[in-house]
Amino acid sequence: MTLSPSVIVPVSFNRRLKNRVVQGLVWLAFAVAVVPLISVLWLVVKNGAARFDTEFLTHSMRNIGARDAGGGAYHAILGTLEQVGVATLISVPVGLLTAIYLVEYGQGRRLSRSISFFVDVMTGIPSVVAGLFVLAFWVLVLGLGYSGIAGALALSILMMPTVVRSAEEMLRLVPNELREASYALGVPKWKTITRIVLPTALTGIVTGVMLAIARVAGETAPLLLTVFITDSINTDPFKGPQMGLPLYVFDQAQRPNVTAVDRAWAGALTLILIVMLLNLVARLISWWRSPAKGR
Amino acid sequence: MAKQIEIADLDAYYGSHKAIEGITMTIEPRSVTAFIGPSGCGKSTFLRTLNRMHEVIPGARVEGKIMLEDQDLYGSDVDPVSVRRTVGMVFQRPNPFPTMSIFDNVAAGLRLNGRISKSEAEGVVESSLKDANLWNEVKDRLTKPGAGLSGGQQQRLCIARAIAVSPAVLLMDEPCSALDPISTLAIEDLISKLKNDYTIVIVTHNMQQAARVSDRTAFFNLAGQGQPGKLVEMDDTPKIFTNPTQKATEDYITGRFG
Repeated sequence: MTLSPSVIVPVSFNRRLKNRVVQGLVWLAFAVAVVPLISVLWLVVKNGAARFDTEFLTHSMRNIGARDAGGGAYHAILGTLEQVGVATLISVPVGLLTAIYLVEYGQGRRLSRSISFFVDVMTGIPSVVAGLFVLAFWVLVLGLGYSGIAGALALSILMMPTVVRSAEEMLRLVPNELREASYALGVPKWKTITRIVLPTALTGIVTGVMLAIARVAGETAPLLLTVFITDSINTDPFKGPQMGLPLYVFDQAQRPNVTAVDRAWAGALTLILIVMLLNLVARLISWWRSPAKGR
Repeated sequence: MAKQIEIADLDAYYGSHKAIEGITMTIEPRSVTAFIGPSGCGKSTFLRTLNRMHEVIPGARVEGKIMLEDQDLYGSDVDPVSVRRTVGMVFQRPNPFPTMSIFDNVAAGLRLNGRISKSEAEGVVESSLKDANLWNEVKDRLTKPGAGLSGGQQQRLCIARAIAVSPAVLLMDEPCSALDPISTLAIEDLISKLKNDYTIVIVTHNMQQAARVSDRTAFFNLAGQGQPGKLVEMDDTPKIFTNPTQKATEDYITGRFG
């Protein structure tokens, strides 16, 4: 075939074929990615539905014998909400302020470059190492014992880099023209950041925080080392062992009875539902604050 | 309200690169001054030194003196934030705040600089939008997002936002370059109207526009790539366009280069 720039030729068979093949590969990749997701969800819903009832959501495992049916995960739900909540309270302000420093003030200085580097290093910390660190430092050296707070500290070590990275990316997406427009109105820098830049990036930052929460809500290893395990309700995150949903699933799934395994499945279902609910709330917040609303 | 600006021997740098050199000029109050010249000759840089926006860029600095009436803008105790309140700016691309409604966009400067009452804000928003020739088009949808307007409307919204804080000087950096001829005409009409109250400085690549709207025109040029931009000449607009003193100016406006 000769290539002549002035003649318009139909799409060759070769290109049609390539197009088809690549399209097929893309669809295949999509299917491969979705199959495990659907099957996990399906399995958890199918097996968890058996024990997902009011008793499960309102009772702890106190005084439930090894072979008894009944019992629930109230203590674990409470523990997870408290631990993840405290971890969020610690890591979101620190992470967000770090991201603001990196984007708005760092400007490629040595300090900001080293912070960036260490955030990357932190992202790679295995969760069990974060748990071990808190166990060694907080529980053993300071002698403060197992508690919800210790668990929250371990979780916040895991959350912080994720929050910093996502918030940083979102802040960098805010066009510089908006900052300049604000400066040109005689608005000081701190007010430009709090009133113009942050609201513009809010949707993305909330999504990032939610992903970070979803990531740590399912962590088991660090909690095992810092929160320990209990069958009773402990509302005080500052004192004594607590429970968490991942720990609950881990604990129940180890037991040899069918009743316990059913509870483990229901616990897993509860955890998924909590994370989905949080995501939904975050979407609502983003939608409510969305700049495109009402256009 | 409107104030005179006197610039004496001004140099501006980006890091070690000297972008403009030795600029001395006087900008008259209640008039429109246009800056023309080829791309990269430092017009925009110079404009941004007039409200200390130049130094927002990392590594950028300025040497020389700019007097706004009797105040030295680069005095050691001068707060750049207060300079920018006095010298407003409109940018090349319309940049309304995307999270804010039309109303909030116009009120932004006042609200972010201190608390004002709702009725006060309403008054300022209405008068600013009227001054910007936008009131009739948006008065029924003030709560809608500013980013939903057309390009020309957005640019007039930005002008309304800039004049809502009642600056003494209004700087415009190619305000019409992203707009169609009809929007451009609307903005030019607006400039002619605004010059009764403000000192206006406009950077433009459109020489017809400079001829139409300005009272005085300054021509900038640079000797070559990497050289700093310089002021070639500044005179009344009719004289610049009919009988310029410098050969370079004549070559530029007749389209022989640039």
